[in-house]
Amino acid sequence: MDNQAILQVENLQKHFPVKGGLFSPDSSRAAKAVKAVDGVSFSLERGQTLGLVGESGCGKSTTGRMISRLLDPTGGRIMVDGADISQLRGRELYNFRRKVQMIFQDPFASLNPRQTVGTAIAAPMVAQRINPAGGLKNRVKELLDQVGLKPEHYNRFPHEFSGGQRQRVGIARAISLNPSVIVCDEPVSALDVSVQAQVVNLLQEIQRDTGVAYIFIAHDLSVVRHISHQVAVMYLGKIVEQGSRDELFRDPRHPYTQALLSAVPLPDPRAARRQQKIRLRGDLPSPANPPSGCVFRTRCPLIGTLPEEQQQHCISEIPAPAGPAAPACHHAGLAAAVAAGVQ
Amino acid sequence: MIRFILRRSGSLILLLIAVSFITFTLFQLGPADPASAACGQECTPERVAEARVALGMDQPFLVQYADYMRGLVAPRMIGAPGAESVCQWPCLGKSFQTNEDVSDIIGRSLPYTLSMAIGALVLWTVSGVGLGLLAALRKGSATDKFIVGAASVGVSLPIPVTGLFLLLVFVNQLHLLPFTTNEIASPLGPQGPWAWVLNYLLPWIALAVLFSASYIRVTRTNMIETFGEDFIRTARAKGLAPRTVTFKHGVRAGITPVVTMLGMDIGLLLGGAVLTEQIFSVPGLGFTAVRAAISGDLPVTMAITMLAAFFVIVANVVVDLAYAAIDPRVRLQ
Amino acid sequence: MTQLQPSTPATEQEAIPFLDVRNLSVKFPTDDGLVSAVNGMDFSLQRGQTLGIVGESGSGKSVTSQALMGLLKGTSAQVSGQALFQGRDLVTLPESGMRRLRGRNIGMIFQDPLSALHPFYTVGHQIAEAYLVHNSATRKQARAAAVEMLGRVGIPSPEQRFDEYPHHFSGGMRQRAMIAMALICEPELLIADEPTTALDVTVQAQILDLMAELQAETNSALILITHDLGVVAEVCDSVLVMYGGQCVESGAVDEIFYDTRHPYTLGLLKSMPTLNSSSGRLSPIPGQPPSLLDLPAGCIFSSRCEYAALAGDGVCREQRPALQAENGHGTRCHLSGPQITTIRNSR
Repeated sequence: MDNQAILQVENLQKHFPVKGGLFSPDSSRAAKAVKAVDGVSFSLERGQTLGLVGESGCGKSTTGRMISRLLDPTGGRIMVDGADISQLRGRELYNFRRKVQMIFQDPFASLNPRQTVGTAIAAPMVAQRINPAGGLKNRVKELLDQVGLKPEHYNRFPHEFSGGQRQRVGIARAISLNPSVIVCDEPVSALDVSVQAQVVNLLQEIQRDTGVAYIFIAHDLSVVRHISHQVAVMYLGKIVEQGSRDELFRDPRHPYTQALLSAVPLPDPRAARRQQKIRLRGDLPSPANPPSGCVFRTRCPLIGTLPEEQQQHCISEIPAPAGPAAPACHHAGLAAAVAAGVQ
Repeated sequence: MIRFILRRSGSLILLLIAVSFITFTLFQLGPADPASAACGQECTPERVAEARVALGMDQPFLVQYADYMRGLVAPRMIGAPGAESVCQWPCLGKSFQTNEDVSDIIGRSLPYTLSMAIGALVLWTVSGVGLGLLAALRKGSATDKFIVGAASVGVSLPIPVTGLFLLLVFVNQLHLLPFTTNEIASPLGPQGPWAWVLNYLLPWIALAVLFSASYIRVTRTNMIETFGEDFIRTARAKGLAPRTVTFKHGVRAGITPVVTMLGMDIGLLLGGAVLTEQIFSVPGLGFTAVRAAISGDLPVTMAITMLAAFFVIVANVVVDLAYAAIDPRVRLQ
Repeated sequence: MTQLQPSTPATEQEAIPFLDVRNLSVKFPTDDGLVSAVNGMDFSLQRGQTLGIVGESGSGKSVTSQALMGLLKGTSAQVSGQALFQGRDLVTLPESGMRRLRGRNIGMIFQDPLSALHPFYTVGHQIAEAYLVHNSATRKQARAAAVEMLGRVGIPSPEQRFDEYPHHFSGGMRQRAMIAMALICEPELLIADEPTTALDVTVQAQILDLMAELQAETNSALILITHDLGVVAEVCDSVLVMYGGQCVESGAVDEIFYDTRHPYTLGLLKSMPTLNSSSGRLSPIPGQPPSLLDLPAGCIFSSRCEYAALAGDGVCREQRPALQAENGHGTRCHLSGPQITTIRNSR
């Protein structure tokens, strides 16, 4: 693959075992697993952003947590800068932590309420025994400035900050070690629209200045479209479609991506009235018991239009994993035609 | 549900065996010498040795334990060779002091303890939950502050203080209540239920003052939290009457921690409220246990310890079942 | 007063608005002082119409809905003004009278259906309960009504799902159940407070469709409270934009989106990334919303408004603008119409 890639994920898996109790009826059967992430592959170049989208339970957060090694993968490889970090332990894992950092959805929950913001931002450097030139405190003040906060915020506590400011603190902490990759897990979902824009702009500025790569996990497709270079759409633990941002949003080829895009409400009443909607029926199947064949087939708007024989194909055959060129769908071409008809 | 009860009963038996073994071991290792205590004033080493044989204490430890456990299943013989007597099932041994069957001693003491426990329990649950709920409904008002204040006084009053104070005022000074008598052990006795109530009223109050204080606090905190829940707002938005909102939707959701406390407290209390029984001279399990422990009467102490453990463990199971009845999310399939 | 709706062919009954809110204010006493959550709201609504109330957190949109629903009665909140609902004033109506309206004439849907449903009672029981409160019916009849309603909101095999608990339902199904509960007595007014915020986007689309469908069937009025301008654009007939407890702009949905008159609304629209916009820098609104403990004397938005200087003489900082309406489009701003038009076109 591309030599430029700072991050390459290959066939990544996370299976959570479902254990039966000692006396419960499940114990007789073989332990089943919830396949939260099931064979995910993508790559990310330096200074780029990969948007990871999908609905709750699709495995996007689990993927992010494996890349930052907050969760141990069940299988597959995570190559950061050419080295597989998926199995690191002890000292090596400790050293790796500098390279990948994380920003969380709820900045208040991820800050210790009894710790000043300055201490919180310095914590990763202290943990990694880094002594920046000019001293720790100066470096923290530099970081505060970089994220649009003031040096006098150093001694304040998290509760004195607004949601947007807290997220800035989270960002300052994440960039303090000059990581190559930052996994942003729903970083703006809890923020109001006007504040969300401030944080999105800040993330983009930091990327421009430092060349850091982002995994941007979000359910808000508008924000993802705005910030990402590449986008991967996940459904039930698998990537169903991935590609460059413009292509994917202009010409979605997987029926799930099409439905997802068509469900986003547009802040444009006239366009909203014109737009024909693809509506998905029913609910997400349980990841403990996913459908055979194509995982999307139980809700696919396309499958009903297919001849019997092709429907059977969707039910029995698992489609090839989504690559940059093709979505994980047996009938992607048809899907595109249907989508064109709808629009 | 049946599977759940069976499983819990199984673990209950295992736990009791463990508790009995530990208790047995502790008494063996302890400094008390029941043989010399049993042989009385004019003791010679020979007579102590005789007593040891009579009490079965000459046997190895594990043999003694096995004998004891066998008695729980079937009747057995107890005493020195030649002078054995039958100990009827369920055999918990014979008192070293009186040679009476321990099960008879317990059978005699238990009604007193039950009388104390049941009344106190009703009293403190009603007053604790009631006042706690009232405080929660009137949060921030003078009523709330008074109840919370009273609760913090109550929780810091030890039984000897309240007990003796109550005796002094109501029995010695005002002569409103009789001094507790041992002749009434049940509301079904010849003196009738009213005499039973009057007889036990003071110990009930003494216990209730102590216990209801923590019930008030737990109920209040949990109910305030519950009344702030979204589903309470939903219940109001449906147009339900305040009574329905408070009791059907609020109390049922906020009461679970109280159920846990109640279960634990019943278990502990049935093992004998030692201090209360002492102060009011009620010959219940606690009273009996203290006397037995002082005189080194191993079988009696042992039996009451195991009974107390049994009550606590059973209470645990009952709490779990009550939880399942209240909260469908913990219900087992 | 703002006439939100271009007058519809009115029968005699509907000559008086179905819901008419005037100068509604809500204050909460706290240890730090009086929090002015809602400050003089005026709006009206007809049957069959959908009004969107948009605003960011702390704008007072949820408090407005709770005041209308009478949920603030019995709390320390101070509610003043008037809210005439079919001729009855919801502000002064005592709790007992309000209770008879809740559920029967005014239904409400909340944000998080999992916490809004009681975890210990079956979904069906909770819906039937709402029916029994306002109808003299047997349990059996209530059950039948609830099962029918579950079917109407698109829950498959409603007879079985009736006896399941909320934790057995998915998020979308729970919100459907909430809708069934709110609509079982066929209220004339439905208040939905962020009904789809906790849901995934495909489920959100299903729920919005369902609400629109049921509203058309029953010709009820809908107040939709949301922070999402996209949702507003999709389902609302008219919009009310709230900031700092005040309505800063109101009007028909197309007016708000295509003839925006208030700098705050402009700022909101500009700060949103959209699916069909090309990327570039977003334009956030600078600063933070004002403290509701200590509102500025002048325009509440003036501290964050980039155009406050245009009005001249510091009038924005000193004088609170009145809500001025023109053809049913109201705005609370000192800038003149031409000034606003210039600003809008320059962006």
